[in-house]
Amino acid sequence: MTTPITPVSATAGSLVVEAERGQGDHIVGAHTRSGKPKVDPVYYLFLLPTLILFTLFITLPALLGIFYSFTNFIGFGDWQLVGLTNYIAVFSDPAILSSYGFTFGFALVTVILVNVIAFLLAVALTSRIRLKAPLRAIFVIPMVISGIVIAFVFKYLFSNSLPALGSATGIGWLQESILANENLAWLAIVIVSAWQSIPGALLIYIAGLLSIPGEVYEAADIDGASAWVRLRSVTLPLVAGYVVINVILGFKNYLNVYDIIVGLTDGGPGTATRSIAMTIFTGFTGGDYAYQMANATLFFIIAVLISILQLRLTRGKAALS
Amino acid sequence: MTQESTRPLAPAVAASEDTRTSPARRRRGKVGQETTNWPVMIILFLCSLTVLLPLYVTISMSMKTSAQAVDGNALSLPAPIDFSGFSQAWDLTNFPVAFTISVLVTIGTVVGTVLLAALASYAIVRNWEHRLFRYSFFYLLAAMFLPFPVVALPQIQLTGLVGLANPVGVTILHIMFQLSFSILLFTAFLRSIPLELEESARIDGATTWQTFWQLIFPLLAPMSATVAIFAFLASWNDFMMPSLIIADSSQQTIPVVQKIFQTQFSSNYNVSFASYLMAMAPAIIVYLFTQRWVMEGVTQGAVKG
Repeated sequence: MTTPITPVSATAGSLVVEAERGQGDHIVGAHTRSGKPKVDPVYYLFLLPTLILFTLFITLPALLGIFYSFTNFIGFGDWQLVGLTNYIAVFSDPAILSSYGFTFGFALVTVILVNVIAFLLAVALTSRIRLKAPLRAIFVIPMVISGIVIAFVFKYLFSNSLPALGSATGIGWLQESILANENLAWLAIVIVSAWQSIPGALLIYIAGLLSIPGEVYEAADIDGASAWVRLRSVTLPLVAGYVVINVILGFKNYLNVYDIIVGLTDGGPGTATRSIAMTIFTGFTGGDYAYQMANATLFFIIAVLISILQLRLTRGKAALS
Repeated sequence: MTQESTRPLAPAVAASEDTRTSPARRRRGKVGQETTNWPVMIILFLCSLTVLLPLYVTISMSMKTSAQAVDGNALSLPAPIDFSGFSQAWDLTNFPVAFTISVLVTIGTVVGTVLLAALASYAIVRNWEHRLFRYSFFYLLAAMFLPFPVVALPQIQLTGLVGLANPVGVTILHIMFQLSFSILLFTAFLRSIPLELEESARIDGATTWQTFWQLIFPLLAPMSATVAIFAFLASWNDFMMPSLIIADSSQQTIPVVQKIFQTQFSSNYNVSFASYLMAMAPAIIVYLFTQRWVMEGVTQGAVKG
């Protein structure tokens, strides 16, 4: 668990500086005489319960899991250290490799779809329209609905209503449920995931668009910029930081995709839509505990790398503004 | 509502927008007359159907008779309206039990997250110059980098060992996974509270304990609302964690119950949709009453996080 801490402290340097600056201001007013005022013991009481619980429920399991990834533990009974055997096996396991392929492909398509739609909706919702508040309220609803529940609703639509529509209109490919089609089932998962996560991205884009000062648009108007030029050359560059936030936060979330898949396809047909999270969880029922922990550890390293990328990019954005 | 949101001094939801000068308003100010962009409005109405249709289907299906529900026509209105799906779903899924467990887990998560995160954040911010507190901050933040699937297996194993393979264990884990983000929000907010305010309380003889509860915690209220909403949504809607941690299926939360009874609903679609509707409704109702905080919360969360 030293791995996650290093990137945070390294990249959160700006936070430290900011906080120390804030603290410095106060010192002038209060504790000028002594360098470090003594800590009121009550503060330990405030902090320790959180620290202890966090260590027991997050750090300890994480360390234990990483340790087991170097053993042949099957979830119970005896075990032996086996070095990197699990890791080597993971890299040549077609089931795991295909789950990575599916999950990353799914995350990539979803992140693009969500951001394009959310951005356009945000532009529309901040333009000169009426009923702004109710419209915005409607578009945010999907965010508050449980993923698996809405997945079940969509499952009905995909496997009953769309085929019925296909038969009625004579459109051949619609007549069969796309959930039963190995090559199309992922599309259903993308649609439901996008449906659910567009609101979050939308709200962030709306905040971004509202932060653009009106003068910028006046200047563009004076220069005779068309609506398209204004969108591409004025709006988009000014919300670039928000795009970065949305893309990376979204991508990280989509890599954990689970609930919606369970509701729609349960990984099927076959193993066509099995995500990384689903393969990891098979370690509990399938006696592959140590092996799947190696998989989980690799997944964790990827998540950390993406987070570092996020901090790098968003810090750049903070420097801009 | 319509005119309100376009008027400069509109309250509530539109308020945040009006304090910052929206580009449209500036240009309008020049012209003095505002025009509504009707093509955009029509497109937005059509897009909103993608949100409303699944909800409409859920509601209408839940009120159909079993016979009408199997005809495959999802868009038809229920005729006759029949509420027996609800009573069947209520009995079949043992809804009162699942609902109570979900409510308790969610309340526990919300209260636990707000209290632990607020207390820890206050201690961290006020003792920043001490290493223990400063390092604790980064330590607690590290969980933001840790997806649940990574630690799921050892957590299942350990909660099982210590007798927490139940809703209590899920509540604790929900709190743990909300901590990082909540502490980030609280510390950012606490740093913006002037220390002078606190000092005057201290001069009057208030202890740290009293200062926190009587002065700081009330001041944190807006951020607590944001933290609470995130905790509520994450906990109420979660399927992954309870499905893996809670060993006894009769103690499962509402989202997991939908999965457990999926096969028993079979083709009684009115029953299954009534059950889905009962699962969704509480979060939607809470959202309708807290819209403004939800929207502001997400925005704040993104900017601070």
